[in-house]
Amino acid sequence: MREVVFWGFSGVALAAALLCVTRRSAVASALWLVLTLFSLAGLFVLLDAQFIAAIQVLVYAGAIMVLFLFVIMLLNLGRAGPSDMRGWLGRGVAALLGVGLAVELWVLVRIVRGGGFAAETAAYPLPPGELARVQQAEGAVGMLAEPLFRQYLVPFEITSVLLLAAIVGAVVLAKRKI
Amino acid sequence: MTPELKGLLLVSAIKVLLVFVALLVGVLVVIWVERRGAGFMQDRLGPNRVGPLGLLQNVADGLKNLVKEEVVPARADRVIFYLAPLMSFVTALILFAVIPFGAPLPPFDVTLPLLGRVVHEGPIPLMVADLPVGFLFIIAISSVAVYGITLAGWASNSKYSLLGGLRASAQMISYELALGSSLIVVLLLAGNVMLSEIVAAQQRMVWFVFAATLAYLMLHIAAFAETNRLPFDLPEAEAELVAGYHAEYSAMKYAMFPLSEYVALITMSAFITTLFFGGWDIPFTAWDEQAAATWSLGAVLRTSMTALVFLGKTFFFVWVFVWVRWTLPRFRYDQLMFLGWKVLLPTALAYIVVMATAVLVLERWGIAQDWKYGLILFLVNVPLVAAVVFGLDRRRVLAGTQRRVPMEG
Repeated sequence: MREVVFWGFSGVALAAALLCVTRRSAVASALWLVLTLFSLAGLFVLLDAQFIAAIQVLVYAGAIMVLFLFVIMLLNLGRAGPSDMRGWLGRGVAALLGVGLAVELWVLVRIVRGGGFAAETAAYPLPPGELARVQQAEGAVGMLAEPLFRQYLVPFEITSVLLLAAIVGAVVLAKRKI
Repeated sequence: MTPELKGLLLVSAIKVLLVFVALLVGVLVVIWVERRGAGFMQDRLGPNRVGPLGLLQNVADGLKNLVKEEVVPARADRVIFYLAPLMSFVTALILFAVIPFGAPLPPFDVTLPLLGRVVHEGPIPLMVADLPVGFLFIIAISSVAVYGITLAGWASNSKYSLLGGLRASAQMISYELALGSSLIVVLLLAGNVMLSEIVAAQQRMVWFVFAATLAYLMLHIAAFAETNRLPFDLPEAEAELVAGYHAEYSAMKYAMFPLSEYVALITMSAFITTLFFGGWDIPFTAWDEQAAATWSLGAVLRTSMTALVFLGKTFFFVWVFVWVRWTLPRFRYDQLMFLGWKVLLPTALAYIVVMATAVLVLERWGIAQDWKYGLILFLVNVPLVAAVVFGLDRRRVLAGTQRRVPMEG
């Protein structure tokens, strides 16, 4: 049952991602990307990470992609013209990058198949049902909040400062007169 | 199939069907209440020709929308034009899935004629899905509800619709911040995002409307913006945008939008009830809180009483939405943005700090989470609410009604 759901979500995610990069219309691309994000949220639920799934939908599908759509509509990019990939140079670079990515994936698959990660995953054993048990005890938010605000407080705060800097930078760039 | 799986599927199917039918019937009732309420507020009768008290007016309108001609504007994006009403409707409907609407029923182990042995272990919670992410599910899905409106506006290929859609997306994103930050206070008090746990926490303490009054006020204001109701119905402002995002829609596709708006209205009322008014809790009594282990008349009575109380509370908030709609005029767009970003958001952030401090101090003092705990928090809330109300008012409305200027001549 779990496997059927997993393959269903992965299939939808991959197909939607493919459609996202091949559609001409920017609005259609954005909508296919939303579908990919929803499928990923489904995969997170399968991994017993319901909180991440909810945040994925809330932040990415619900806020960031809506802003994408907002910009597409404001700039009226909805009905796009011909493809951006023109001339032999563009096609050549695209082909080169594609081949590079394929090689990387192939190497990764070989390492996983060859047991490169087996020793490392064995070092962190997580008995089956452990995640569900912790979630029952601490709640979906508490499970994540405890390590985030105790063990990893400083990295967490540094990340938030980084985001704040990005916001301030965007405001400074967008506004001539502050 | 094992008896447990059969029991789970049977219970889930019944609950899904019950909630679905109740929501659609509820929409019919709410639209009737809105129209008759408008009549009451404006000193006229409202619809009173079709059926007794105009009760069948909505049925007539529904039939009209079913058989009406559908028009698709020229150069509209056909696929998205068809998809947008569905997106609105589906997101509005699935929101109710996590809201508990009654006390849990006892477990059962019976043999049914066609299904065979059916078992449900543990009490049956009266909600479609008791998700571990609780109200986060509601914020997540209601943030997705923006798509229906925005895409409807864009796909119509009309400038009024596009403006309505853009306004909707900006408005709903802005007020989601206020909504989310006021919910953090609820999380601080209940210690969990699961709605069943929040109801249980309110039974232990007091209703959160007392322990977190300001959060309730902010959530209710944000709820008006999230459901696109007056005074925040900018996305469909008739006076300037014709009808905003659904100006080009007709027949059943048009009907989907008001339908989803009313479903969202009911869900928001139920959500406010659950978070701040104890959900299905019957106040001042404890007999509704002990879970029954076996089926008895008492258990059934308990569940139906709590469900009725929940219905009553929800209906009260539906009425508040109608009441406000026919009382307040529409905000200007810059006023809407000002309220969302410069009033609600900073207030919510400051409120989180104050409440977190209060909760921490109470925890350090070792005060148990009972009604005294809630009372202390209520005392903390009173000056905060007073400060915010007077700060927002700036002696305009509250004092202003006393200062009537005499007419010339």
